[in-house]
Amino acid sequence: MEQSTAPAIELKGISKAFGPVQANKNISIRVMPGTIHGIIGENGAGKSTLMSILYGFYKADAGEVFIHGKKTEIPDSQAAISAGIGMVFQHFKLVQNFTVLENVILGAEDGPMLNTSLSKARGVLKKLAQEYELNVDPEELIENLSVGHQQRVEILKALYRQADILILDEPTGVLTPAEADHLFRILDNLRAEGKTIILITHKLREIMEITDTVSVMRRGEMTATVKTAETSPEQLAELMVGRKVLLHVAKEAANPGDKVLEVENLRVVDEDKVERLKGVSLNVRAGEILGIAGVAGNGQSELLEVLGGMIPATGTVRVNGQEIDLTGKNSDGQSRRARGIAHVPEDRQHEGLIMEFAAWENVAFGYHHEAKYQSGILMNNAAIKADTAAKMERFDVRPPNPKLKARNFSGGNQQKIVVAREIERNPDILLVGQPTRGVDIGAIEFIHKQIVALRDAGKAVLLVSVELDEIFSLSDRIVVMFDGQIMGERDPATTNEKELGLLMAGITDTSNAQMEAKQNG
Amino acid sequence: MDFITFIQLLDSTVRSATPLLLACLAGLFSERAGIFDIGLEGKMLAAAFFSAAIAALTGSALMGLGAGILAALSLSLIHGVASINFRGNQLISGVAINFLASGMTVLVAQHLFSQGGRTPTLEGNARFEPITLPFADALADVPYLGPIYSELISGHAILVYVAMLTVPLTWWVLYRTRFGLRLRAVGEAPEAVDTAGVSVVRMRFAAVLICGVLCGIAGAYLAMGLQASFTKEMTANRGYIALAALIFAKWRPWYALGACLLFGFLFAIETRFQNIDIAGFILPVQFVQALPYILTVVVLAGFVGKAIPPRAGGQPYVKER
Repeated sequence: MEQSTAPAIELKGISKAFGPVQANKNISIRVMPGTIHGIIGENGAGKSTLMSILYGFYKADAGEVFIHGKKTEIPDSQAAISAGIGMVFQHFKLVQNFTVLENVILGAEDGPMLNTSLSKARGVLKKLAQEYELNVDPEELIENLSVGHQQRVEILKALYRQADILILDEPTGVLTPAEADHLFRILDNLRAEGKTIILITHKLREIMEITDTVSVMRRGEMTATVKTAETSPEQLAELMVGRKVLLHVAKEAANPGDKVLEVENLRVVDEDKVERLKGVSLNVRAGEILGIAGVAGNGQSELLEVLGGMIPATGTVRVNGQEIDLTGKNSDGQSRRARGIAHVPEDRQHEGLIMEFAAWENVAFGYHHEAKYQSGILMNNAAIKADTAAKMERFDVRPPNPKLKARNFSGGNQQKIVVAREIERNPDILLVGQPTRGVDIGAIEFIHKQIVALRDAGKAVLLVSVELDEIFSLSDRIVVMFDGQIMGERDPATTNEKELGLLMAGITDTSNAQMEAKQNG
Repeated sequence: MDFITFIQLLDSTVRSATPLLLACLAGLFSERAGIFDIGLEGKMLAAAFFSAAIAALTGSALMGLGAGILAALSLSLIHGVASINFRGNQLISGVAINFLASGMTVLVAQHLFSQGGRTPTLEGNARFEPITLPFADALADVPYLGPIYSELISGHAILVYVAMLTVPLTWWVLYRTRFGLRLRAVGEAPEAVDTAGVSVVRMRFAAVLICGVLCGIAGAYLAMGLQASFTKEMTANRGYIALAALIFAKWRPWYALGACLLFGFLFAIETRFQNIDIAGFILPVQFVQALPYILTVVVLAGFVGKAIPPRAGGQPYVKER
């Protein structure tokens, strides 16, 4: 490596332990100015801890930080900001009912009066917007902004504080494909201006697409740092997990049977009288996986919630040819399970698990009245624990301890607990929403295999995911939802991301043609 | 009801509303910073006692006011340490402060003055006397405007004017200063304040201490302006009513003025009228007396539209990640 310029950031021998857990072990890293450096690793590999040390949230037990060649102590966020470090957290740190401007100046005001700060910031934001494609209405309230725009505000906050080192933690987790593309353009512009960017992610594609160099972390250690151009996704995945990983699920062609789930003209109106589902019809056959693609918030969640018995709806739903109750007293989750529907909800932490309860209690939920869990009028806790231990074994949940609270498992292992609970009931229909959101790559492979195995056993699977990769690798048929409606059905073998992306944005071929006609005329 | 009676009723409204308004704004500062404060009642009570006691001993209303503010400040400090430093439950800390104030005031009063838990009646300089504004007497005879000026606007204790001025001041501080921006932010999203490099603890303490000062003034006005001595439980749940007014006002200063005047008006009716005769139907005195409390229940039950409290209210801030 050339020694003419000092690295923007250099970490030497950083270690940090939380009790007996060694989150970071002797980590050293150099990031040259004007580059995008990716840090990749599974959940719990220690990426976030390392960045929190760099932003002054944690104090390292050992090690040194050099910023532009100068040894720097970072005891708190204020010190990180003055050292020129800006951080865009995975969960945004914004005041929801403040305007963009107010959020930007918070903590970086120019004096005790707001007026001067606000008018100065207005000018600076305008300039930044032009320079980096960071357009946001400065007077708009944060709560009225899309997630993508909120993220821009976070970047603006950092730039307003004159950060020249920008750390982004899982920035695309909440973005639509188009928003993610825009973000990468912004990052490109920033790099061109000489800013240094550290991108933390678990998505290999992003690393390959935008970074110059990449470091891989595994179990608190930095296992490798390589030039992106000289590596491949397969190699990175192997470095992350420590073994060979199949990035694409190997599956045979589907062998569809009878229609198990038939949905006709489903409509949902929410509390604010907004129509969330506008007459959705679809069906799923035995032995196939139907993937529903779409940008989050276009009715997919409501569809799952109706079928899972969480919200009422109008229309007709038939399971194995028999109509099910959509509004009455037989429309709850209990009745759905009795009809052979199992549900892995989108939001596992709120709907799939009770975070403060132990794994064995979570495994019994929804099925706690089953005879095998009973002992007279009491619960047979020993039987539930034994069953949980067996499930944990089969689904490779780590650590395999039924008494541990759900909160204390990593995201991937939490999801394995939910999937184990639902799949092991051998349902006729599995509803599964965002099965791998926030789940590390090793666990993704495992969960995907389980879903395909269920299909191969002749069951019907309805998959909702915002990850197009996931939709492509699992689905036998794909439907796209937009604005509460089905935009169309495609065969994964003959369609591509571009075509689906247009459907996801609500553009069908005809409306596309109309738009072109309009532009020409 | 003739014009003069109506003006007198409004005059009485202003006086009743003053302690409510001060307590309400006190709560506003605290809750806007994310610290719920059910202990307004106790702080006011302690301030009422200590101000009356020191005024009685020194003969100086100003010394009394100082003592009242100090008393409320110390209780604020306890609440702050419990809920900010030790991340305790803010409701429990507040209730404890109310109990402490309720018992301590009577005990100390009995020990000092041996008058059954009261302080001696305050007179002269030991009280905040009504101030007559310039030309109040001269203009009294001008029809309509005269009585409004001389009866309603003039002739209150200085603390009434202080309370009224606190409303625009609070608005200005909250919405026009750096301090106010940070204060509002810390009640909505303390993590945003923290990552911006501003101390959450320091901001919240500042808010809690301002709350103490305003509660102190409220209590001092009760004992030395509205009344002329401290009596047992003299706050009569005004701290809770102020909280109801705060919710009614959706945590905004000008709305708080409106809400407190409404409650003050009900108190004024209660003190001025006994049975109210509405077209032959007699409203019994008990009902009239219960009116402010009924309104409180109605407000707290959420019958007046949705009030969204500061998002981080009541939650201790724990640094994450």
